[in-house]
Amino acid sequence: MPLNSKIPAGPIDAKWKTYKATCKLVNPANKRSLEVIVVGTGLAGASAAASLGEMGYKVKAFCFQDSPRRAHSIAAQGGINAAKNYQNDGDSTYRLFYDTIKGGDYRAREGNVHRLAEVSANIIDQCVAAGVPFAREYGGLLSNRSFGGTQVQRTFYAAGQTGQQLLIGAYQGLERQVALGTVTMYSRHEMLEVVIIDGKARGIIARNLVTGELERHFGHAVLLCTGGYGNVFYLSTNAMGSNVTAAWKAHKKGAFFGNPCFTQIHPTCIPVSGDHQSKLTLMSESLRNDGRIWVPKKQNDTRKPVDIAEEERDYYLERRYPAFGNLVPRDVASRAAKERCDAGYGVGSSKMAVYLDFGAAIERYGKIEANKQGKHNLSKDEIIVLGKAVVKEKYGNLFDMYEKITGENPYETPMRIYPAVHYTMGGLWVDYELMTTVPGLYALGEANFSDHGANRLGASALMQGLADGYFVIPYTLGNNLADDIRTKAIPTDHPAFVAAEKEVADRINKLMSIKGTESVESFHKRLGKIMWDKCGMGRNAEGLKQAIEEIKALRKEFWSNVRIPGDIDGFNPELDKAGRVADFIELGELMCIDALNRNESCGGHFREEYQTEDGEALRDDANYMFVSAWEYKGDSQYELHKEPLNYEVVHPSSRSYK
Amino acid sequence: MQHYNMNLNLKVWRQKNSKTSGAFETFKVSNISSEMSFLEMFDVLNEQLVAEGKEPVAFDHDCREGICGMCSMHINGRAHGPWSKNTTCQLHMREYKDGDTIVVEPWRADAFPVIKDLVVDRSSFDRIIQAGGYISVNTGNAQDANALPIEKQQADDAFAAAACIGCGACVAACPNASAMLFVSAKVSHLALLPQGDPERKTRAFNMVNQMDAEGFGSCTNIGACEAECPKGISLENIARLNREYVGSMLSGSAVEGLQQ
Repeated sequence: MPLNSKIPAGPIDAKWKTYKATCKLVNPANKRSLEVIVVGTGLAGASAAASLGEMGYKVKAFCFQDSPRRAHSIAAQGGINAAKNYQNDGDSTYRLFYDTIKGGDYRAREGNVHRLAEVSANIIDQCVAAGVPFAREYGGLLSNRSFGGTQVQRTFYAAGQTGQQLLIGAYQGLERQVALGTVTMYSRHEMLEVVIIDGKARGIIARNLVTGELERHFGHAVLLCTGGYGNVFYLSTNAMGSNVTAAWKAHKKGAFFGNPCFTQIHPTCIPVSGDHQSKLTLMSESLRNDGRIWVPKKQNDTRKPVDIAEEERDYYLERRYPAFGNLVPRDVASRAAKERCDAGYGVGSSKMAVYLDFGAAIERYGKIEANKQGKHNLSKDEIIVLGKAVVKEKYGNLFDMYEKITGENPYETPMRIYPAVHYTMGGLWVDYELMTTVPGLYALGEANFSDHGANRLGASALMQGLADGYFVIPYTLGNNLADDIRTKAIPTDHPAFVAAEKEVADRINKLMSIKGTESVESFHKRLGKIMWDKCGMGRNAEGLKQAIEEIKALRKEFWSNVRIPGDIDGFNPELDKAGRVADFIELGELMCIDALNRNESCGGHFREEYQTEDGEALRDDANYMFVSAWEYKGDSQYELHKEPLNYEVVHPSSRSYK
Repeated sequence: MQHYNMNLNLKVWRQKNSKTSGAFETFKVSNISSEMSFLEMFDVLNEQLVAEGKEPVAFDHDCREGICGMCSMHINGRAHGPWSKNTTCQLHMREYKDGDTIVVEPWRADAFPVIKDLVVDRSSFDRIIQAGGYISVNTGNAQDANALPIEKQQADDAFAAAACIGCGACVAACPNASAMLFVSAKVSHLALLPQGDPERKTRAFNMVNQMDAEGFGSCTNIGACEAECPKGISLENIARLNREYVGSMLSGSAVEGLQQ
């Protein structure tokens, strides 16, 4: 089957305008009889459900948490990009488009990314209108800051809680539609199967996580807004419940999986403290605006950071990348940290950490503040007091979070940080309309693969989630549902629903009947270790081949020896987790297959065999300028389909941040 | 910082479901590292229970970084435990020493029925938001974001109120199980912004009505909610809610709101 990305013809800046002007519409009366299922209520899901509800569709929204407001978009810290050019610093739609294509190391689709840049400004307008309290300047206008991989200030933010404020905004819009009756909300429900009738997605099987009951839900279309799969690594910055299950079920029912190996390892996270670690906590990229990253120049230096003099410190990002310095993209910063630690310059008890130091910023802000207040004879200590107050206003909640976890005060001593799994650029393959290879089944936000190529730039995930939900799907869904207005709601006693429910029930019964000796948690940890060691920041063919065999063996063991206590009929988090880990194990294998197949380094995918002399990623545009879209063909069987990437506007070059 | 290991006694509330009554069960956990989070200590307990063939303790948790509002343990009589401005998931075991006994209960409130063990149903909070905790602006209606300047202090105050994570600690801490701090945080967030002004007169009235309908208690100005709030939501918000509520009563719009 040839992949058709359905990118509209015409010049790059006319594609979306033309699409919107010519797509089919559904009249208001018909919308009322069309039902749409939205799975997941993060930024993409909540904004899609609210917008579609406002338009008059009958929406059913599902989330596994106790409330739609808990979705993990809430934890995004730093900000959201938009090409507003409020700072008059040379930003434009084109510039945001260009930065995103380059940041993704030329592995994203031009058409999608340009659309994303085009609607970015509308997102900020929409969020402000809905009451999102973004940071403001004294003149009452919106404030901006910088993020990695760009040279303009286009990031809007709400302290270190931007994701929270945006999600609450979208959640409130969603709850308004619930009150108006256009959206029905199903919390503590998990989607466990997609129902396909005559080749189209027509519903889902969901499990009520409180009662354990399986439910059948019909929809003319199904939208998966279920986030990323970083938890395949066990340790990541994702929430404990974040999972791939909905996307994986869709994949096994015919939706191709795009670029599964493209994983983002975020450079600034609080390091692992021991085997008990259950998750990792991000320290926002925004901290790199003011924090300077360094390690001692001497190997195995065990002195306290304050005892290491300025000239004995190696600010390695500033040294290697003078043009972007501490604000290089995430993949570059992460690899550079790993390189220093592997070479024996790491700090802290594990030696797997580098310093993120605010000393210079505190002094600089202190001096500015002293000048503002007209105090010109202050001592260094007095200046530092003023500087700390400024830093506290900018990053206070992040500093508090750091201190709670580590017991150390980052105002006094540099933070210790190390890269951690954060985001997955890969996901379900979608066309320009966000439709997967299964007609009627869509994927939005992090759950799809489309906009970030091989590396996502900071503050772009929130942008994409809301772009897809607020401004893209309302048009593209209508274009397809316009052909469905004569389709009556299909009763859920249709044989396809019965069969799908039986499949789910059989699998749950099988899991519960294993009654082995090893906990779900233990299997998850073992999978995570294989993935991190062999499909993490550095990958090579030999390791990946080993990983594939190890994962196959682990899967066999899981299905013969997992122990799940409790009952099927009732609240049973161990059972929920078992289903998710089973899917992660299968996904992990596909990720390794994909990583092994891609014989080049690009963005976050670093194949150790393919690097330049100074350790930078070495792309192979002649052979790998395509999207890997994998089709499920049965147990451990996947067929590769290639979607060639055509760069009509941006000319791929070697990515340089020097 | 000096790290150490400890052995602990846990008294944990167990309850099969909302229909049965519950009781405390005692457990011992050993070799708990002072570097663990409180929930990681619970992970150790649950792994131990699975190994013994017993059912693990059910508890709500998700982001484990203090922002999703899902974790909800009442620890030694305090919502989210002893640290101030803190969630359960951010509490770390360096707070405890070898031999300590820790009592863990679910949130206690009629409007938060227990689902299982330490897990409660907080959907009443969603229904309060449905009653008016939003600005009625459809997608696509917005003007340019900078067309509406907002005084920085005003915007900062709105943000401080909007920082509420909807965890329900305020209700759990209140002897009356009142949800006033939660409701007032949302009413304040929206009342402090010009965008929230058009619906101001019905919002407070409708949200308070819904709060009462859900079975939350009355506010008697005790202040335990503010003391236990992980995000430091201020009591000033309750004063503002009272003003908004009275304002909506006097304007007559509330009556219309009631009729809608």
